[in-house]
Amino acid sequence: MHINPFDSYRAGDSLLHRLDPRVKFSFTLAFILTISLTPAGAWPAYVLLLAFVLSASVASELGLTFVLRRAVLALPFVLAALPILLTASGQPILSIALGGWSLSVTASGLERFLSIAIKSWLSVQMAVLLTATTSLPDMLVAMRALCIPRLLVAILSLMWRYLFVLADEAMRMMRAREARSASRQGRSGGSLTWRAHVTGGMAGILFLRGYERSERIYNAMLARGFDGSIRSLPLKPLSTAERLILILVLIVLLAFLLLGRMLG
Amino acid sequence: MVTPESLAVDIRGLNFAYPDGYMALRGVDLSIKQGERVAIVGPNGAGKSTLMLHFNGILKGEGTVRVGDLEVAGPNLKRVRAMVGMVFQNPDDQLFSPTVFEDVAYGPIYMGLSEAEVRQRVTLALQRINMEGYAFRVSHHLSLGEKKRIAIATVLAMDPHILALDEPSADLDPRSRRMLIQLLAGFPQTMVISTHDLRLVKELCPRTVILDEGCIVADGPTSILLADEVLLHAHGLERV
Repeated sequence: MHINPFDSYRAGDSLLHRLDPRVKFSFTLAFILTISLTPAGAWPAYVLLLAFVLSASVASELGLTFVLRRAVLALPFVLAALPILLTASGQPILSIALGGWSLSVTASGLERFLSIAIKSWLSVQMAVLLTATTSLPDMLVAMRALCIPRLLVAILSLMWRYLFVLADEAMRMMRAREARSASRQGRSGGSLTWRAHVTGGMAGILFLRGYERSERIYNAMLARGFDGSIRSLPLKPLSTAERLILILVLIVLLAFLLLGRMLG
Repeated sequence: MVTPESLAVDIRGLNFAYPDGYMALRGVDLSIKQGERVAIVGPNGAGKSTLMLHFNGILKGEGTVRVGDLEVAGPNLKRVRAMVGMVFQNPDDQLFSPTVFEDVAYGPIYMGLSEAEVRQRVTLALQRINMEGYAFRVSHHLSLGEKKRIAIATVLAMDPHILALDEPSADLDPRSRRMLIQLLAGFPQTMVISTHDLRLVKELCPRTVILDEGCIVADGPTSILLADEVLLHAHGLERV
């Protein structure tokens, strides 16, 4: 009776699943970095980067539609880039009259907007692939290996651990509320304000319990010798093959980047 | 002769699988007469809580579940929930309001009772559990034994015909446990108790159902089942 709404990991045994998380994490970072440094309008470079994502997608054996569907998450971010359409200077290709205002879309604005849309869509696809093929504990190991501050990694790991506990608790509370949400003749009472009040109370109680739980967890950590610093066992070194793959992929991405900058 | 009308709960061929595919209940048949007190015992993970959650339709498996003359499904759910008072194992789940009063009043208010009736129901429910003075205490800061009793009051206020209690005595100190048993012994409602506390079963429930791996493996008089050492041992229980 547990819910698992936050786990984006999909178990599998593909090439990508088996790849060391540190290598995958570096790929993703390098890929996103490459994309952000590729100038607007370098279309051939985008096609290469798309091919890269698609190959990774195929290697993950998750199915192309799975990654594409999850990448829809990028859409809201694209909206933020919408004003560029109208604010970039250049030759107007389309004018819209809005009352007394006249908005014009320029060619360079359109180019930049499309570039941003494609870039964010590609980046999100890569991130989706990483999170779907790497379990969170593995991801934390990778973060540690890449020298992300340990405190941050520890916070992420605690968050991950207790998010589920909290979600379970919220679910059980809602279930208990549902069990008492009865009616005598098929119609229920209680005003909307009262119901909102109850829900607000539940949220507050959940917060209080989360707060108290954090104190208990901290005490349990202290009881086992926690002194404020986070220690962990050393990681095993990457194998030669993994090193080779890492270097190879980084070189490919660098080539894409150079190509993109030459074109842009 | 038992007619369907005199049954408080009637479950036929109930199967239930959790979304991950785990079969928690396999072909459960169970009839409980009005006023009967039945214990459901069995090892951890046997499906006891899962079965209990079918009594008021929180979970819905294959098969039929009837409470009184209502089928536990769709449009009847709200009325079924007025009839079945479900007391959850962890009172912290059940007590979700800031004060005891608000928690006990939740059910009656939701049922659409007038303010005077709500107040009366709360007072009565708290009297029934001998905790009249607690109405304006903060639920969050009560002891576990107090929380358990308040959790019972939250459903008593709804005037249910059936009380379904999940592990009512778990983690209680002997005195709180004794108070709880005395309290429950005085209730006229049909009662289903899921528990590991076999001494409580002996005191409260004339009938016992043993559940293991989602199946009912024994159903009969408590005095006979709880004396059968071989049977108890085979299903993770101990003779007391």
